[in-house]
Parts: sequence; C-alpha cells; structure tokens
Amino acid sequence: MAISIEDVEHVARLARLKLTEEEKETYRRQLSDVLEHARKISEVDTSDVPPTSHTLPLRNVFREDSLRPSLSVKEATGSAAWAVEGAFKVPRII
Amino acid sequence: MEYETIIGLEIHAELSTESKMFCGCSASFGGGPNTKTCPVCLGHPGSLPVTNMKAIEYTMMLALALNCEITPRSVFHRKNYFYPDMPKNFQISQYDIPLSTDGHLDADMNDYVRKVGITRVHIEEDTGKSIHIGESGRIHGAEYSLEDFNRAGIPLAEIVTEPDIRSAEEARAFMQLLRATLEYLGISDCKMEEGSLRCDANISVAVDGKLGTKVEIKNMNSFRSLFRALSYEEERQRFALEQGGGLIQETRHWDDAEGKTHPLRSKEEAFDYRYFPEPDLVPIEPDPEWVDRLRENLPELPQARFHRFMEQFGLARDIASMLTGEKALADYFERAVETGQGPEELAKWIAGDLSAMLREAVVPIQHCPVAPRGLGELVALVNQKVISGKMAKEVLREAFETGKGPQRIVDEKGLSQIADAHELEVVVDEVIAENPGAADDMRTGKEQALKFMMGQVMKKTRGKANPEVASRLLKQKLIGRE
Repeated sequence: MAISIEDVEHVARLARLKLTEEEKETYRRQLSDVLEHARKISEVDTSDVPPTSHTLPLRNVFREDSLRPSLSVKEATGSAAWAVEGAFKVPRII
Repeated sequence: MEYETIIGLEIHAELSTESKMFCGCSASFGGGPNTKTCPVCLGHPGSLPVTNMKAIEYTMMLALALNCEITPRSVFHRKNYFYPDMPKNFQISQYDIPLSTDGHLDADMNDYVRKVGITRVHIEEDTGKSIHIGESGRIHGAEYSLEDFNRAGIPLAEIVTEPDIRSAEEARAFMQLLRATLEYLGISDCKMEEGSLRCDANISVAVDGKLGTKVEIKNMNSFRSLFRALSYEEERQRFALEQGGGLIQETRHWDDAEGKTHPLRSKEEAFDYRYFPEPDLVPIEPDPEWVDRLRENLPELPQARFHRFMEQFGLARDIASMLTGEKALADYFERAVETGQGPEELAKWIAGDLSAMLREAVVPIQHCPVAPRGLGELVALVNQKVISGKMAKEVLREAFETGKGPQRIVDEKGLSQIADAHELEVVVDEVIAENPGAADDMRTGKEQALKFMMGQVMKKTRGKANPEVASRLLKQKLIGRE
C-alpha cells in the first residue's frame, strides 16, 4: 500500500513536524512499508475472531470514588519551563 | 419556498463525583490554579489512569433516564490534538463504541410534544482551563495563555441528540428538561454559568425539505444565550438564503454582549483527531444486574412528576412545568401541600410572589426563609378571611425578610381583618358623614364613587377592613342594595 508525499505532509502537519524534502521521501517509503506489512497481516482470515482493543483478558478495572492527595502547586509546576502564580504559562495559541 | 430549521445539540455535563475520572484528585469547582493535580491528570510519562466506577454509574443512570440502550461492551479512545488545555496532547473519550446509544427525551411545548432522539451518551474527561492574557482578553491576539489543570480529568458525560429540534424555543425547552433530569438524578451541579453544564449546537435551514449547510455554534453559557444565539443564527441563515447567498460549513462563536455569532474556524480544515483505542484502559462490560439495579432505583424524573402534578393536584400545565423544572421547587411545593391547604393556591404563591422574591434576593429555594409550613399558614389565613389577599402579599414579604411565621406577623402587627359588620358599620357611617359629595355621587349610581368610599374606609382602618363586608355595607346604606 503506497503512501503519497501529500499523505506524509498531512500527518507531519498533524504531528507538528517540520520535514525536509529528503525526510518526506524517507518517511513516505518507510510508512508505505509499515502499511504493506499491515496489509500482509490482514490477509489472515479473522472472521471468527472478535476485534480487540486490548491485549490483556481484563475488563471492568475500576477504582472507588475516593480522594487521594494531589501534588503541591510547587511540585506540579516545578518542572515547567514557564510558570506564573501557580499556572503553566504557554506561548500564544493562535 | 418553505424553510425549516434543523437543530441538534451536543451537551457536556460535569459529573459531581468526589474525585476525577482517572485519578484521586478532587473534582470540585474552583481553587487556586493547579492545586488539584497529580501525575495522572498532568499527563506525566509513566502514570496510568484508573476508571472511577461512580462516574460510569452516573453516566449509566443518565443513559437509562434518557431511555438509552447500555452497550454490553464499550471502550475508551484517545482523541489526539494539539492544544495546551490537555497536557497529554490527547483527551480520553469514547468513539465508535460509546457507553450507550439510541434514547429519547420528550420536551413538552405546551400545545405539542417534541420527541428528541438521543444518539449517544458517553463518558470522557474534561480539559483544563486556559486564560488568555493580552490586550484583547481573547484567544486571538493573546500574548500568552495561563493553563490551570484543576478541571482536567473531571468526568464529563457527553450527550448527543439527533437533529430533531425545530426551533430555538424547542432547544431551550429540551435543555431545561435535560438540566432538570440531571438535577433529579443528583449526578451534576448543572451550573451553566460555572461551566458544569455546556451546550454546543448544530443548526441548518432546510429549504423545501432539502437539507442546508450545517453550522456549529459554541459558547452559549446560559439558557438565555442558547435561545438568543439560535434565534440569531436561524435568522442569519434564512436571510442569506433569501438573498441567494451561500452558507459555508463552519464553527461560529456566540458573542453574548454583541448578540451575534462570529466565524471561529472553517470546518473544511476540521481536526483529524486520529482516534485510537486507549491502551491503558480496559473495556467496560457492565454486569446486567448492575444495570437492572440502577434502572429500578432511578428516582421519579421531571416528566413523570410534571404529569403527576397535573393529575394529582389539578395544576395547570405551565405551573406544573415551572414547579417540576427544579427539583427543590417541586419538593417545596409537595411539603407545602402536606399542610392541607389547596394545592392550586399554594402553587400560585410559589410560582408567583415567592419565586419573584427568591429571584430578587438571589436565594435558592433550598434556603427560602419562608418554610413550606409558613406558606401553608399564609394560605390558611387568607382562606379563613383573617387577612385579605393583598395583605397576604405584604405578610409574605415580611416573613421572607424576617423569617417570622405569617401568623406571628399578623398577631404582632394587629393585621387581622375587620370582618365584623357591627364594627365596620361604625366606620362606614363616619365615612358617609365626612364625604357627603361622594355619598351623593354613589346614590346617583356613579361607579367611581364606590372606589373612593372604599378607599376612605381602608384609610380609616389602615387597610384592615374586609373589602367584601365594607363594600356590602356601603351599597346597603347608599343605594339600598348589595
């Protein structure tokens, strides 16, 4: 299954990646290979196998609705590059 | 050409659990920035979410109240996007297999019922709050933004309706009924102003049955702005169609101060959220016994109570609708009815004067200074003709302001009506003697004169004369008939 340069550019934009023309071609080839591999796997007849979203045979893992201590504001924002009065400061969004 | 407005709503309700959806931080409103965060809701690497069972239970209660089917096996998905209000760069939500689907909620529109299909009710986590700093105070032109993640991870129920709503009035009525349903279930604070209940709308105008271009409206923070925004948008779209102009599929932002919608972003470059199953969370398969138990234990819901109020108490549609629109108001009414006074009279007082006073003083009915028993007392005083209806209004206000019981106010102020004919006759004779001109006018049949004479009687008795008795006496004496 072939991926176009446009597909690579679209995914790069969604992931906020800036790619050079060479990189785009590299990723186009690599992503095509990955999808080719997936296509190959999908040749296996799975009509009797229910779709899975999780590899573990687990379901209904819940916790009780009870409080646990939160971090202090200092701990919460301590490793942030930019924080002011307890809030994370981020560059302009739009 | 025939126009038809088509509206669908997408509602988010914060669930009133103690802790957040996937961690033990407090889910309460407010607090200083980032005082309720931990590695899970801050999206630190290596932290793992664990599902709050109460949030699942609340969402199922809502789904059952909205007549939905509970999905036997539903899963969580990651909704990926780049925006700083979610530190993980994704929001845990549900996608193609939501917790419940296919319900309906029927809004009473007085002369008809609008049945609104519920496409789905699912569970997700709320995002953080961004404050945009800069001259504009808005996202556009902001210099930087401040992020507070106290809200990030609070459980949210998302309710999506079918495009079954046909007007702004219906949208408001539906939303009020949904709010009441959440309130009766006791699963959400439902404060639109604080953002614990939020609503977006899709609206289009079909021409001669042909579907139009869909526009999404955001930022409607009250029932009033929901109504105004949809009315405005309906008008804008119809005007554009009448002028032969085209409409584009887009998201528009409601500006409440300006009373207009503005384009926010074009849907053509809609986000590609790259949903995929959340690998850190396992599927939800509710035990059918759990679902049955929740269904059996659902409280009486607003619609059922509305119909019961009309049947059991003989209330008019609009009054029954108003009283049942808020659980505490309906509870207050039922407690007042227990005093044995007439339900219709009690309802009238609650829906009228009492509600006006509560609104004016910005006091919720739960903290009403006049107890339901006090209101019963007031109605009894009127029925026993101890005080007039007009006087009762003043007594109610006094009771509201001082917290004293109506009977006590009447006793203390000596407000009991003078209904005794002998006592009043003395006053009436005095009034006739002091106002010979008006008395003559009355004798010659001038209607206005009676009002004047009544006014004089009231003045002399400081409003305490029973109006019926006084008027009867005046007529007897001056025109020889009652």
